[in-house]
Amino acid sequence: MVAWTDFERATIKDIFSKIDYECNLFKCSCFLRCLIVYPWTQRYFAGFGNLYNAAAITSNPKVAAHGKVVMQGLEKAVKNMDNIKATFTELSTLHSEKLQVDPDNFMLLGDCLAIVVAAQLGKDFTPEVHAAFQKFLAVVVSSLRRQYY
Amino acid sequence: LHFSFLVVKTTSNRNPTDKMSLSAKDKNTVKAFWANVVGMEEDIGCDAVSRMLTVYPQTKIYFSHWKDLSPGSAPVRKHGATVMTAVTDAVSKIDDLTGGLLSLSELHAFTLRVDPANFKVLAHNLLVVLAIVFPNDFTPEVHVAMDKFLAAVARALSEKYR
Repeated sequence: MVAWTDFERATIKDIFSKIDYECNLFKCSCFLRCLIVYPWTQRYFAGFGNLYNAAAITSNPKVAAHGKVVMQGLEKAVKNMDNIKATFTELSTLHSEKLQVDPDNFMLLGDCLAIVVAAQLGKDFTPEVHAAFQKFLAVVVSSLRRQYY
Repeated sequence: LHFSFLVVKTTSNRNPTDKMSLSAKDKNTVKAFWANVVGMEEDIGCDAVSRMLTVYPQTKIYFSHWKDLSPGSAPVRKHGATVMTAVTDAVSKIDDLTGGLLSLSELHAFTLRVDPANFKVLAHNLLVVLAIVFPNDFTPEVHVAMDKFLAAVARALSEKYR
């Protein structure tokens, strides 16, 4: 089980309370950014239609919808911080067996999320807040990797 | 049995020694965006190094000779400025990073002996700071160009390692 300090707990909950879920601008969507910055991740979304360039990705409704699905998954982790491993068992199996996503991609999405959160929070994303967030991301990624074999 | 071999000749304007090279568009994007950084190098560099040491504490081992490793401390600020001066220099040498960063590569390889995996760590922290300072200009297109540029810088710094 992961040991969270009071600061880390409060920080993670605070960050997620501040993220704008409805906004689908480039500033807000980590999923959108991941598809643009790491284009090989598009391999998992062949059915999404036009992903030809940044403009197409930014205006693609399936990308917007899936961005929300991703954030909802992360919110579940925030609500179950003391047992993210168990919370994500099904999701991990899904990504491994059905979706067959290379688990190295999880950290790419994580890096994009850190950058999106940084852009939204600005100066409030201090090094200490950043460190707490990075720890959360590491736990999420590790939990998602767990069911791979 | 008849075997036909299809020979494909690729013609390219690119330098054949480039691997995952920066396109002309990437270079222009980097140069245009980096112009925003003028005058803020020290603050940005300080924040990037501060974050690296705080968020990725394993990087502290390279700075055990500093008196103070806390965010914003004097040695951190000084080193941030040093790093940013070097990155700004790399932008000016964007057409030949390997040649331009030769002596820096030798420094990192033989004297500092920094594990090259850490270049990626510092690069990520620099991108985070750029997103904080320029939330509207750090678009996904700028992000990918900067990420590619910093990866190319990292490769150039790794040249002399072995």
